[in-house]
Amino acid sequence: MLRIRNLKCYYGKIRAINGVSLSVRTGEIIALIGANGAGKSTLLLTISGLLQDWEGEILFQRESLRGLKAPAMVERGISLVPEGRLLFPPMSVLDNLKLGAYRRSLRREHAAVEQDLEEVLNLFPILRERARQQAGTLSGGEQQMLAIGRALMARPRLLLLDEPSMGLAPFLVRLILDVLVQLKGQGMTLLLVEQNARAALQIADRGYVLENGKVVLEGNGCDLLADQDVKRAYLGKDYREFCEGRS
Amino acid sequence: MRQFTFAAAILALGLTVSQSYHLQLLTFIGIHTLLALGLNMLMGYAGQISLGHAAFYGLGAYGTGILTVHWGFSPWAGLPLTLALTFVVAFLVALPMLKLSGYYLGMGTLGFGMIAFVVFREWSSLTGGDSGLVGIPALDVGGVSLSSGKAGYFLVWACVLLAFFACERVVDSRVGRALRAIHDSERAAAAMGIDTSRLKVWVFVFSALLASLAGFLYAHLVTFISPNSFDFLVSVRIVTMVVIGGMASIWGSLLGAAVLTILPEWLHVFTDYEMVVYGLILMTIMIFLPQGLTRGILDIHERSKRKDTAASSAPRS
Ligand SMILES: Nc1ncnc2c1ncn2[C@@H]1O[C@H](COP(=O)(O)OP(=O)(O)OP(=O)(O)O)[C@@H](O)[C@H]1O
Ligand SMILES: [Mg+2]
Repeated sequence: MLRIRNLKCYYGKIRAINGVSLSVRTGEIIALIGANGAGKSTLLLTISGLLQDWEGEILFQRESLRGLKAPAMVERGISLVPEGRLLFPPMSVLDNLKLGAYRRSLRREHAAVEQDLEEVLNLFPILRERARQQAGTLSGGEQQMLAIGRALMARPRLLLLDEPSMGLAPFLVRLILDVLVQLKGQGMTLLLVEQNARAALQIADRGYVLENGKVVLEGNGCDLLADQDVKRAYLGKDYREFCEGRS
Repeated sequence: MRQFTFAAAILALGLTVSQSYHLQLLTFIGIHTLLALGLNMLMGYAGQISLGHAAFYGLGAYGTGILTVHWGFSPWAGLPLTLALTFVVAFLVALPMLKLSGYYLGMGTLGFGMIAFVVFREWSSLTGGDSGLVGIPALDVGGVSLSSGKAGYFLVWACVLLAFFACERVVDSRVGRALRAIHDSERAAAAMGIDTSRLKVWVFVFSALLASLAGFLYAHLVTFISPNSFDFLVSVRIVTMVVIGGMASIWGSLLGAAVLTILPEWLHVFTDYEMVVYGLILMTIMIFLPQGLTRGILDIHERSKRKDTAASSAPRS
């Protein structure tokens, strides 16, 4: 579905992505993990058309994305849940959700959009209770659900998520992960960026580890979860000692 | 329904008010409402400031003035030509300008307003320079003048009504939501697939067209225009109308325009201190009702209602 070859992304003179290649097959959950500043967000912003300054090749459903901007990406079925959620705080939950469907024609797709709205509200029942409340007054967890729901309103084929677990209590992280697995079950493809490597790798089919703008490791979820380097770097330094100490 | 009530109020006011001074005041409130309404779409909804909006007001006035006085066009032919000219100028200005944001956009539009002012003043072979452009014909339909008294009032307010209608349609639509999204966070709006730069250009052009229409009406009602009616202070006054009335509030535009038109008239009694009192009143409004008059009055109303119900439901001792 998505194939990236030798991608380099620039912020002016700074090169933030340094020759990344990766591929995402239809129906997979792919985890992308890496430390702060590794270039994870940059990669997602580039795929969603919000950054234009890149070299290399990005193919989405065999079509090159070169020169396309965000509106075109959203129309092709790529939706981003941005880092830090980026909701529209003064607007109601409903207005936020409707903005997610901005690219869909309200005239031709009116019924379908209404139906998707209903589905999102079923997926996150708390949002239905808060429908008329201002998005900025929601709790952190509710805001993250809204951010995901808003992205779903575009009816994406490929959903990009930038650290959806950030700042959430463990049970909320669990809930969000369950929703992502559920979306996969409905045939959606997901590219999940996480600092919380353990959580991400648990539900991922495959994962990539990014370091300084380069892929340093890739493999299926379980293998990465067991990998010594990954453990040391991302699952806490003393993870192993901790486990051994317990047993 | 609201539109209907509004139309009825305009009609009733027009039929009952007979003193020409009052009619004139109301007519000017209408013209200022058009200006405020346009800027409110740009500033209140889309969050893009313009400190040079008087330029488009002037473009409307000078455009039709020059066409009718120098080139013998009829005003009705002047209107579409003037609007077309405004469209082109606004578009060309907006393309580079709306790449800026915040203070920089403020500075950019300020500069544009100043350039326009200098053109109005210095291109005297066409504009009459400092001494102004005289002899602009009144508007008429089949020999009946539309430019004075009641006719002028009804013409202007018919335009206001149409503009209100158009703006409400836009604001309640998908595009209106997108404008507010741009206001909140341009990055988030872009992530939704909103073509932010294009939408900003269009709303800028739309607000320029409303200002130009206001200028057209002004020129034919007053039949004399001079550069001072379109200088920097006028731009600031339009911004003030929007802020005082309430950002992102269509009715606030009307309220702001009314306050800023009526206040200076009342304050004449203060003679030398007029500007001081004027400034003090504006400061007071902003300190106590920072959201503008519309929001502020609604809030006070809601709070007093809540107090009432709290008082009536309190247990008796
Ligand atoms: N707007 C920008 N201008 C210049 N450099 C930037 C910009 N945004 C990011 N960078 C740089 O690009 C690199 C990658 O940043 P990016 O935000 O993609 O990292 P990340 O992996 O998402 O980190 P985090 O986990 O902290 O979110 C960093 O070195 C950062 O300093
Ligand atoms: Mg990041």
